[in-house]
Amino acid sequence: MVTLNDTVAPTETVRSGRRPALRRDGRYASVFLAPSLAGLALFTLFPTAMALAISLFDWPVFGERKFLGFGNYTHLFGDPVFRRVVFNTALFVVLYVPLNVVLSLGLATWLGPKIKGRQAFRVLFFIPVMTPMVANVMVWRLLFQPGGLLDAGLNSWFGIDAPNFLGSSSWAMPAIVAMSIWQGFGYNFLVFSAALDQVPQSQLESAQIDGAGPLQRFRYVTWPMITPSIFFATTMTLITSFQVFAQPFILTQGGPGVATQTIVMYVYNQGWQFLTMGLASAAGWVLFVIIMGITAIQFLGQKRWVNYDV
Amino acid sequence: MTSETNSAVRKVRSGVSHTLLIIVAIVFLGPLVYAVSTSLKPADEVFTPTPHLFGSEIRWQNYADAFTFAPFDRYFLNSLFVAVAGTLVVVVASSMSAYAFARLKFRGREQLFVLFLGTLMVPQEVLIVPMYWLMQSLGWVDSYWALILPWAFTAFGTFLLRQFFLTVPAELEEAARVDGCGPFGSFFRIMLPLARPAIAVLTVFTFISFWGSFLWPLIIINSVEDKGTVPLGLAQFVGQQGTQWNLMMAASVMAMIPTVLLVIMLQKHLVRGLLVTGLGGR
Repeated sequence: MVTLNDTVAPTETVRSGRRPALRRDGRYASVFLAPSLAGLALFTLFPTAMALAISLFDWPVFGERKFLGFGNYTHLFGDPVFRRVVFNTALFVVLYVPLNVVLSLGLATWLGPKIKGRQAFRVLFFIPVMTPMVANVMVWRLLFQPGGLLDAGLNSWFGIDAPNFLGSSSWAMPAIVAMSIWQGFGYNFLVFSAALDQVPQSQLESAQIDGAGPLQRFRYVTWPMITPSIFFATTMTLITSFQVFAQPFILTQGGPGVATQTIVMYVYNQGWQFLTMGLASAAGWVLFVIIMGITAIQFLGQKRWVNYDV
Repeated sequence: MTSETNSAVRKVRSGVSHTLLIIVAIVFLGPLVYAVSTSLKPADEVFTPTPHLFGSEIRWQNYADAFTFAPFDRYFLNSLFVAVAGTLVVVVASSMSAYAFARLKFRGREQLFVLFLGTLMVPQEVLIVPMYWLMQSLGWVDSYWALILPWAFTAFGTFLLRQFFLTVPAELEEAARVDGCGPFGSFFRIMLPLARPAIAVLTVFTFISFWGSFLWPLIIINSVEDKGTVPLGLAQFVGQQGTQWNLMMAASVMAMIPTVLLVIMLQKHLVRGLLVTGLGGR
């Protein structure tokens, strides 16, 4: 890390005229920083503040705006649809994040450094992470159709009558979770398998010689070394899973009813179907606060179980 | 004796392990194979009581038909243009600011860098409403500008390249400076050439995130036939009666191909792109 010291204080005086050089750097720095600073100010900082401002107004896309104070927020928490939407998103997160982390960690451990062709699996599993989400979801929409691969396969190979996955209120959410895991676990798989590469084989072998079984080796040798990666992966997966949108939007349109509508879908619907930007912005801020809260809890919790010393 | 049994056990174990692996790979590949298989079938053979890998004919014509069924040529051109232009802006802006943070000394550098990183916390979903209003004010609704610029200034690129620039030995630059090379000279002649691998990673991952972006184009583009990108074009079919699934799958496969090729090309450097991918997907 760069310390404050080598930023401001001219500690090493290699050449004379350090101060003029510093000032000259400052002028150059403003040129180098100008595009990014202008862009971030206009397209991130200003809109973040505006989002808060808009959320305090009755703000239709066209027509009169009216100041409401916290009216939009009280409306949101009183709206049974919004409460359901928050519940759906939480349900998705609770199902998706643990399954994703366990599956990718399990596979990464199993496909350890000794397995041949591991690089091929890394690339393979990473493909749906990179291909356009909409294309991935379209494939799964067909897969889940009545008469699609799952329905036809279950019926003709196992004699099971498959439910109408996307049209059933009990199957739609698991279907979305399954699709999302297929699409997203390659990311964490790559994180974990890169971390496992760093665990020295010699330590694992000496633990084995000392009579430690595979589970003990994992618990006492591997685990302490990969906790930073698990922390990173869990945080990232949590944040992105609260933002789930394209999967329910294309698989179920949030249906049946509002059974699979998520917070981001709600933002989209309020803003661009019902044209009530104030409510949309307030819902967006609720999501932001949830994400900040989760991140804060994660960072506080990491002190307890993340081991950075090993 | 013991060592022989041991090695036999190991062999069985690795055999089981490999079989399980192949099953995992097949289950994982299933949807992709299904997409390609459907994309090559005649329309009336998409839904059959028993699944078949191949239809009565291998219909490559579907790939051509997808372009006449919907203006996918237009969608592909739009996506390509937007992704290339957006990536260019990202790479130029972030390599410049990364150089400033890594190499130039100026007051408030640490605070400014923290502010940069802070912007990463804000999720896109919070920004879309004010961003739409901003686009309205600028007259950019339904324009290429709106597709390219709003998400082209993320701090990811700056962060990624700064990390790389910090690893370049300072002596290289100091020698150049003694020879009369200013910050611009050392940026263009020393840092950029050295950073080529890091810039390549940033370029590819940024391109891919533009290529796949969906929510923002969905909001800001009204004339899909004219300025629609590939994901928008694909999503047009959702909910339509009598979806042409074979053509849909052909279009989906075509949308995936460029990214699959890029992932394979960049396979050695995927780990470095994880941060750009994880939160940068706009």
